[in-house]
Amino acid sequence: MIDASPPADERGVSRRLVECLVSLLLLGVAALTLWDSYGRGAGWDNGPENGFFPARVGWILAAAALVTLVSALRREESVFVTYGQLRLVARVFVPLALYVLAIAYLGIYLASAAFMAGFMLTLGDFRWWQTALAAVLVPLVVFWVFELQFRVPLPKGPLEAALGY
Amino acid sequence: MDNLNQLLLGFQIALTWHNVAFMIIGVLLGIVVGVLPGLGGPNGVAILLPLTFGMDPTSAIILLSSIYWGALFGGAITSILFNIPGEAWSVATTFDGYPMAQQGRAGEALTAAFTASFIGALAGVVLITFVAPLVARFALRFGPAEFFGVFFLTFCSFIGMGKENKAKIVASLALGFLLAAVGLDTISGDLRLTFGASELMKGFDFLVVVIGLFGVSEILLTIEEGLHFKGKRAAIDLAVVLRTWAALPRHWATLVRSSVVGMWMGVTPGGAIAASFMGYGLAKRFARDPERFGKGEVAGVLAPETAAHAAGTSALLPMLALGIPGSATAAVLLGGLMIWGLQPGPLLFVEQKEFVWGLIASMYLGNVAGLLIVLATVPVFAAIMRIPFALVAPLILVVCAIGAYTVESSRFDIWLMLVFGIVGYVFKKLDYPLAPLVLALVLGDRAEDAFRQALLGSGGDLSVFFSNGLVSTLMILGLLLLVWGPLSEIGRRLVRRLLPGRVASASP
Repeated sequence: MIDASPPADERGVSRRLVECLVSLLLLGVAALTLWDSYGRGAGWDNGPENGFFPARVGWILAAAALVTLVSALRREESVFVTYGQLRLVARVFVPLALYVLAIAYLGIYLASAAFMAGFMLTLGDFRWWQTALAAVLVPLVVFWVFELQFRVPLPKGPLEAALGY
Repeated sequence: MDNLNQLLLGFQIALTWHNVAFMIIGVLLGIVVGVLPGLGGPNGVAILLPLTFGMDPTSAIILLSSIYWGALFGGAITSILFNIPGEAWSVATTFDGYPMAQQGRAGEALTAAFTASFIGALAGVVLITFVAPLVARFALRFGPAEFFGVFFLTFCSFIGMGKENKAKIVASLALGFLLAAVGLDTISGDLRLTFGASELMKGFDFLVVVIGLFGVSEILLTIEEGLHFKGKRAAIDLAVVLRTWAALPRHWATLVRSSVVGMWMGVTPGGAIAASFMGYGLAKRFARDPERFGKGEVAGVLAPETAAHAAGTSALLPMLALGIPGSATAAVLLGGLMIWGLQPGPLLFVEQKEFVWGLIASMYLGNVAGLLIVLATVPVFAAIMRIPFALVAPLILVVCAIGAYTVESSRFDIWLMLVFGIVGYVFKKLDYPLAPLVLALVLGDRAEDAFRQALLGSGGDLSVFFSNGLVSTLMILGLLLLVWGPLSEIGRRLVRRLLPGRVASASP
């Protein structure tokens, strides 16, 4: 990787905080597993019960998460991600989440066209016809490859239904 | 000689027109996948896996493994021209490759890297040709306890050899196992860890997880760095290629050393990264003038590339012979085997001769094709890196979403991909390794079955894992590897105390 470590004085999210949060989340996963496994039986009943293996893995995860939690608390403070970087990441992530949401209602083709166009307009400096071309071509190529060549149906919405697919 | 006959049979299968066509398509796609940010080997193979569901398994694996070769070659392009390693094991290639490109010797560096990759991969394939059938024949005698012993050894070596914080490797492995346990339990037929959610009944598909962890997260990481690729231009003509090849025999010792290191480290899982650094370190230590390393020395490109590719290829040996993948990409390929209805494990060599030997023959051919294609097309692929990120990123994300959906035709999986994208982003930034998670997710059910069947046979007595010489050896080796890190650290400290001056000057 290129050396992209931010200058020390730039402010951002604390790495120690994120380390602790992740450790706590892993502890939570371990606790859920143990609760579920012991609830169904993690012992021996003419053979290992079906919670036997997950329960043991759950204990191992809990132990590992505790160790990472302790070492996170003892580590020196540093920056996990600067606010500037976080803004950049959000500019990709928010459209992506909206895109996934849109797939549920509009189908993948319309959503992809909108996503391509939105992404290129907000993050790039393209001429309008380049953006329009990409937004139209990508869904068409995807349609040709998946629906026509490989016969793999993709999620469709009202527009495709109106066109008879 | 039986092996050679089988191999000839394999060449007959791999050399049919449509399989050669798949090989070329695969290598080309693989180079694209290797060059683009956000699409590494495991992710590229995972996205394309659903497209092969309807294909004949032999053609399908030839296509996918060719993508793997292509991605390995593609990684070297970005390391040398852009100083951005495509995969973790290309990091060592940047040390001397990028300086060479800065000095206007990009063509020489690229030729050296590709040829070294080819030699390393060839060494790995030869190893597979001759050793894999022996291992498989030996493993036919394995019972559940022995298989669990091999799984145990695999996971322990990940923990012991990993460079990351040990607790984080363990956490990553355990999380993978738990994700694998979600859904229907194959032995009792009960639902586990679903908490009443019907979406979780079918469990977590590893393809969706891989696309999120490796694809989406990589885009998020790339955007963070600001995205100003400043690449060196490269043109390769025949004269440069021939001149570089003519100089190769002088480096035979480096090539042999790196191949051996790579093969050794590749069979033990998680070794390709370590192998590339070890290859580089050894070449530097044995060089006549180590000062030239890091400033554009050809041997500094040859050594890590040979080792990494020998390791990357050898990682397929345990996958084929035992059903245990040695790398994240091998894990995805193994998942493919199960989807195509093949049972991974030693029986593959007996029951699916055509498949196995077709694949091995395609490894020889795929690497030859890869070398020729990559030498001919470097300028084209270097130009791909100049396409603006604002066009490439949404394209990759659209492809990821389609890939996640097509696995099970489930819209819920696209949301899962998004969630694992965040998980991958945070895990990568916090140095949680992702390969153990994928490996445990793919192997989880089989490791658990082996564990339960072994215990069932012994009536719950854990001594079954130490009941005969073979399984005891496996378990003890595993335990030794588990404590390998601390042990070697103590050893290094002892050496440092005994020989103060020498070690300090030898370390880079």
